[in-house]
Amino acid sequence: MTKALEIKHLQAWYGESHILHDVNFSVEQGEVVTLLGRNGAGRTTTLRAILGLTGRREGSVKINGVEAIAMATHRIAHLGIGYCPEERAIFSSLSAEENLMLPPTLKPGGMSVEQIYEMFPNLSERRHSQGTRLSGGEQQMLAVARILRTGAKLLLLDEISEGLAPVIVQALARMILSLKSQGYTIVMVEQNFRFAAPLADRFYVMEHGQIVEQFAAAELASKTAVLNELLGV
Amino acid sequence: MLKKLGYLAVLVGALAAPMFLYPVLLMKILCFALFACAFNLLIGFTGLLSFGHAAFFGGASYIAGHALKVWGVPTELGLLLGVIFAALMGLLVGKLAIRRQGIYFTMITMALSQMLFFVFLQAPFTGGEDGLQSIPRGTLLGSIDLKNDLTMYYVVLGIVIASFLLIVRIIHSPFGQVLKAVKENEPRAISLGYDTDRYKLLAFVLSAALAGLAGSTKAVVLGFGTLTDVHWSMSGLVVLMTLVGGMGTLLGPVVGAIIIIALENKLGDFGTWLATITHIEWFNTIGESVTMVTGFIFIMCVLAFRRGIIGELAARIR
Amino acid sequence: MELFGIPMSALLGQLLLGLVNGSFYAMLSLGLAVIFGLLNVINFAHGALYMMGAFLAWMGLNYFGINYWVMLIVAPILVGLFGIIIEKTMLQWLYRLDHLYGLLLTFGITLMLEGIFRSFYGVSGQPFSVPSQLSGATDLGFMILPNYRAWVVFASIVVCLMTWFVIEKTRLGAYLRAGTENPKMVEAFGINVPLMVTLTYGFGVALAGFAGVLAAPVLQVSPLMGSNLIIVVFAVVVIGGMGSILGSILTGLGLGVIEGLTKVFYPELSATVVFIIMAIVLLIRPAGLFGREK
Repeated sequence: MTKALEIKHLQAWYGESHILHDVNFSVEQGEVVTLLGRNGAGRTTTLRAILGLTGRREGSVKINGVEAIAMATHRIAHLGIGYCPEERAIFSSLSAEENLMLPPTLKPGGMSVEQIYEMFPNLSERRHSQGTRLSGGEQQMLAVARILRTGAKLLLLDEISEGLAPVIVQALARMILSLKSQGYTIVMVEQNFRFAAPLADRFYVMEHGQIVEQFAAAELASKTAVLNELLGV
Repeated sequence: MLKKLGYLAVLVGALAAPMFLYPVLLMKILCFALFACAFNLLIGFTGLLSFGHAAFFGGASYIAGHALKVWGVPTELGLLLGVIFAALMGLLVGKLAIRRQGIYFTMITMALSQMLFFVFLQAPFTGGEDGLQSIPRGTLLGSIDLKNDLTMYYVVLGIVIASFLLIVRIIHSPFGQVLKAVKENEPRAISLGYDTDRYKLLAFVLSAALAGLAGSTKAVVLGFGTLTDVHWSMSGLVVLMTLVGGMGTLLGPVVGAIIIIALENKLGDFGTWLATITHIEWFNTIGESVTMVTGFIFIMCVLAFRRGIIGELAARIR
Repeated sequence: MELFGIPMSALLGQLLLGLVNGSFYAMLSLGLAVIFGLLNVINFAHGALYMMGAFLAWMGLNYFGINYWVMLIVAPILVGLFGIIIEKTMLQWLYRLDHLYGLLLTFGITLMLEGIFRSFYGVSGQPFSVPSQLSGATDLGFMILPNYRAWVVFASIVVCLMTWFVIEKTRLGAYLRAGTENPKMVEAFGINVPLMVTLTYGFGVALAGFAGVLAAPVLQVSPLMGSNLIIVVFAVVVIGGMGSILGSILTGLGLGVIEGLTKVFYPELSATVVFIIMAIVLLIRPAGLFGREK
């Protein structure tokens, strides 16, 4: 079966700054993969590079078998990717509901609005509030919810547990497991190791714009020493 | 070394020029060169685009002209009054414009300049559409008779060179360094403790004053002052001169002024030549249409030639 | 009946004329604000494109016998298409650079357009007669209402409100508002933002073209009609701030009315009153009346 995501020798720049130096990894359909690493290692840049949101890119990024390295961002999105950025990017000039409805349908099979409001009742209550008036947790919910509507089956999630109350973080974890069981493929960037550990099938560790370590969930226990060193966890 | 030779060549050229070209035309070029250099102080070295510099240039020419013609003051006093007027206008406009950043700043300078245009249009002393005529050359410092074109030329050359050296001095001073910092990264300059608004205002006033000097001198040289000098198209023209020559370079504005004035004068001939080789009648009319050609050059420069002539040369040499 | 020594009918007549001018201010500042919001470019060419709209209407009538009503639809479309060409061939290369280059480019385009029209038509205005359906005036008792001027105000307000509705209340408008805030994110959702930018520019200038057709019978169709207007529109934009659509509309109309009233009571001040107000607003509320500091 075609891999959901296959990245080979990916390099990326922001202007003159050379951030990614030969990134290689792949994600099978239905897998949950976590990118670990310190701040500045290039994890967010990797997600952005997949979508073409950085400056110059070189190498190969295949999404469901389609080479996307030279595609424009909006076309890459249409290959079925949902992106939840670190800063959440909720639009202040739109209401919560408008934020939710904004991303166009990319593929059939996305969640309906009713299903989303069932999964996230808070969003239903606050639907007419200005997007940025929602609490941090609600904005995070909204940021994830809106890409669930689109039918995208490959989700790129950047630090979704950041700055949220433990109760909400648990809810997010349950949501991710639920999505996984529905066949979504997820690439997560996470600082919060405890959040990511029970969710991911495989882990990649980045440093200085490259993948330096990779292992499966089963090997997690044996890798704690390495992780301590690399992440200062 | 190459730079020093370059400046020397320019100086020699300037001293010898009246032997080959009409002094009045040369003086006109010198005045516009000074105007462009004054403007460049603001855009090239402080990063502020003013689209209303005509108010200082033309306004000063009216004030100086009026002082010389009606009040009969000696020439140097007339010029000084023009400069003071321009500096005061610069202070008022600057104070208002600096309240906004970026493109709003530019729009405000444009609007305030337009307001001054209407004031000058309606004020009786400017002569309105007819302009202020018959401004006497007078005598400089009581003894130098300026009616002689050649004498006038060297006086103007002296004024322009002195102003140019002043600008160079400003650029290389600590004040100039702060301006450069403001241009490159204003938030950082603020975080370093500089009251950037005051620096910007002072740069604005200096730029306006020197533009005023250019305008006053031009009024004395040509003997008249018109509404064209305070119209927004004049503001646009000085932007173009600086753009073509090279924003942020020292000689760029001078080169730009030479080219644009030469173009204005020779456009008719150029048009007729184009008409003869292409057999398109319409080219004969482009002599009338300085506006259109100016616009075309603007577009070409912005799209393909942003560094200007001196800027390109400087980049190549490196 | 008199008010402050001015006959009521004259006062109301000037007020209407002020509303007419205000309508043009509103439409032009609206287009300018929409373009600036998404493209970060101040479109100096807005005035020249307004002039082009008026000229197209005049040319349609005088060269092809096409009447005003058809040109009211056709001219803005043509101006919009021309705008799309400008955006795709020239403007799009400048987005990465400092804002000032966008202003300089559109300034250059203004000069070229005006220069070309001047070379063919000179500076004096071409007359354009009011369409027969709107000629004459209606006697309202307290004033004589010139029909065409009432139409201009009506049509402008309708178009402005329609624009407001599309931007604030529809999905398309949501794309525009979101794109103004964070274009990269909107693109990441799969929306063709570059196309949206091009069409927005086209729409903004089509609004200007529409204003031009409306203006043709009121002012004379002259190559300079745009540049006289655009700088006042800049002042309107600074006064209103570009934060809200309704704000731009209200500011434009309001300033038109104030200008009109000034013509009655202090005619010498009428050319500069908008700029004076701008100076005052800058002193007390720099972000503009409806502005959000960007």
